[in-house]
Amino acid sequence: MSGGQYSMDKKVGDQTLDFTHIKPYGDTMNDGKTQLSFTLPVPCTDEAIEAARQLMRKMGFENPQIVYYKELTPGFTFFVCYGSCTHTVDYTTISVPKVESTVMSMEETDEYINRNIGRKIVVIGASTGTDAHTVGIDAIMNMKGYAGHYGLERYEMFDTLNMGSQVLNEEFIAKAIELKADVLLVSQTVTQKDVHIKNLTELVEMLEAEGLRHKVILICGGPRISHELAKELGYDAGFSMNSYADDVASYIAEEMNKRMHG
Amino acid sequence: MQKSKLGLDFNKVAEAKRLAQSIAIPVQQFVEGYTTVTVERTLCRLLGIDGIDANEVPLPNILVDTLKEKGVLNQGVLFHLANALIETGLNPQQIAEQVSEGKLDLNRINVYSTEKREAALNPYIKQAIERISANRKRRENYIATLGGGSKPYIYVIVATGNIYEDVIQAQAAARQGADIIAVIRTTGQSLLDYVPYGATTEGFGGTFATQENFRIMRTALNEVGEEVGRYIRLCNYCSGLCMPEIAAMGALEGLDVMLNDALYGILFRDINMQRTLIDQYFSRAINAFAGVIINTGEDNYLTTADAFEEARTVLASDLINEQLALMAGLPEEQMGLGHAFEMNPELENGFLYELAQAQMTREIFPKATLKYMPPTKFMTGNIFKGQIQNALFNQISIWTGQGIQLLGMMTEAIHTPFMSDRAVAIENARYIFSNMKNIGDEVEFKEDGIIRKRAQQVLEEAIELLKRIDNEGLFSSLEKGIFGDVKRAKTGGKGLQGVVQKSAEYNNPFIGLMKGETTI
Repeated sequence: MSGGQYSMDKKVGDQTLDFTHIKPYGDTMNDGKTQLSFTLPVPCTDEAIEAARQLMRKMGFENPQIVYYKELTPGFTFFVCYGSCTHTVDYTTISVPKVESTVMSMEETDEYINRNIGRKIVVIGASTGTDAHTVGIDAIMNMKGYAGHYGLERYEMFDTLNMGSQVLNEEFIAKAIELKADVLLVSQTVTQKDVHIKNLTELVEMLEAEGLRHKVILICGGPRISHELAKELGYDAGFSMNSYADDVASYIAEEMNKRMHG
Repeated sequence: MQKSKLGLDFNKVAEAKRLAQSIAIPVQQFVEGYTTVTVERTLCRLLGIDGIDANEVPLPNILVDTLKEKGVLNQGVLFHLANALIETGLNPQQIAEQVSEGKLDLNRINVYSTEKREAALNPYIKQAIERISANRKRRENYIATLGGGSKPYIYVIVATGNIYEDVIQAQAAARQGADIIAVIRTTGQSLLDYVPYGATTEGFGGTFATQENFRIMRTALNEVGEEVGRYIRLCNYCSGLCMPEIAAMGALEGLDVMLNDALYGILFRDINMQRTLIDQYFSRAINAFAGVIINTGEDNYLTTADAFEEARTVLASDLINEQLALMAGLPEEQMGLGHAFEMNPELENGFLYELAQAQMTREIFPKATLKYMPPTKFMTGNIFKGQIQNALFNQISIWTGQGIQLLGMMTEAIHTPFMSDRAVAIENARYIFSNMKNIGDEVEFKEDGIIRKRAQQVLEEAIELLKRIDNEGLFSSLEKGIFGDVKRAKTGGKGLQGVVQKSAEYNNPFIGLMKGETTI
């Protein structure tokens, strides 16, 4: 590919911030500066560097610079690159679905549940499927919580069970029935080849088959999960990074109230 | 007398070790009265029984399950195999095949005298012992001729799910400077009560541990070791429901390092405590005989509990793991006791506390090939900061003379490592290990300073904790959630149904042979 498609000698264009056309910022508005790194499955030669440059252009970068390269092992070359992004997005028309709730403190949530629900809410949580990581579910549920946010176990108005990791969806549902759970919390921390999507989808399908889906508040969380993805998969809410027990607790309290009192 | 850079009182260290020993003794007495399905399957494997039936059930499982269903597993699989060897004139593999095809009923075989049984088994036992000894010699020979890298050994993981892709990644890592390649197992394997068979190309978050996969990777590392002029060690995982089986497969295929923790499975995989404690004993005896360095998992304990407040649990567990390992015949040099304290990076002077504890662990276990590991809990996706967090741990490792440095990846918590992630991590470690090589010899710690005080305090607290566990007993302590805030019931968790009390006829000759207490 020649460089003809993108003008290489383009002067720095309009430097006014335009929210309908935003692009990355390096040190000058609209310079589009972006850093990235990748490995190509070729030996480290001049041709490899040119291949990296061409790939950058295909990705929409002007003036691609290969600032570092190294053959990691024969036949694989690593590149660190900079370029100016030619694409823009319209920031003004973006709207991302969010969990709608007012975040309350632990005491406020307990008070809210006491007043509006009048009984303890039963919450069970697990890291399901093959996921062996309990970091996420522990952060939300354990007494101690995470980063100063106490976990659901410490709330007076939650009856909780943290089933830990590698819990099968079948087991999880059986426990939900046994304890008459109001809320199911599913954590998925580490994923490979999108196994978390399959696993999350399977749980929804199994709950539907059991006629339980509408009876519970179904929530998933994890670093690769967004509220939007959760909704798409048939969950009531999804929590991603930087969410704590209070976010989840407030949402549960308000959602329960909404369901009970319309 | 050993001199402490931290002003540690070695009388207190001795007290801690005495307490840990007192905790381990009743556990060991319990362990010796029992066997498990995986211990028995291990004996099958050591006698050369391998392969699967039409439903992909491993033959060792078929044999052991048959005996268990008939209620005679308490006599041990060797008792029944020995009688069958005498009666049929077949070899163990042929017997297993006949049982799986329904052509042979082990219950309808005459019982022969102890002497005859021993004589029938001995050639097969000898074969296994000789094969494992030969692997050990091969390793020692490689290390004598090629060299085995310098400590801290650089340990990296490969985890593609496909053993052939793992080979490419592992050889690349060796060329970049890795000394130990760990093939992470597919998630969930630790909960399988069997070991899958053959070369595998599909796995999630890792690759199945199978004997064939071990062989493929060991061969690949021999190749690249000769190319780079350094013996490259291979690591896999004994943890889970098949601890001794994986240890045996590793011994038969010449693995060098194996994760093997007496408590990890109980705490983090909810495996029944009786099961794990029985399994760890035989698995460690095998590891010991094979010259394998075991790695314990204390570095993971504090992902749930608070690392600063609960540091004593790591030391207490290291001490208990050490005593149980000694009882299985494992020399101190083969103990890769794990430690590292996942303190919140925002903690002021966190580095000083980590340094204090790493130096403390070094001094308390002077001969051990300690395994040090950077945090995973506080890796955020900010790869730039993550790289620095890993660098700080690399500095502590070279400073305090750790044996094995499990390299952190800046992309921890994002994906299993890319080839480039590993390369960047190895470059980081090699830079620091060379640039700060002798810092430990040069720098002393201030008397009554933060570092000395911290180490002394953690030791004191560990002693208090060990006293409590000693009074309570290990089983009961685990039930009360003393480690990592995790509570486990003695009769809860996975795998209890595979525990069997030994009968009077029971004998496992491998234990004595491997611990050097008996000969054939």
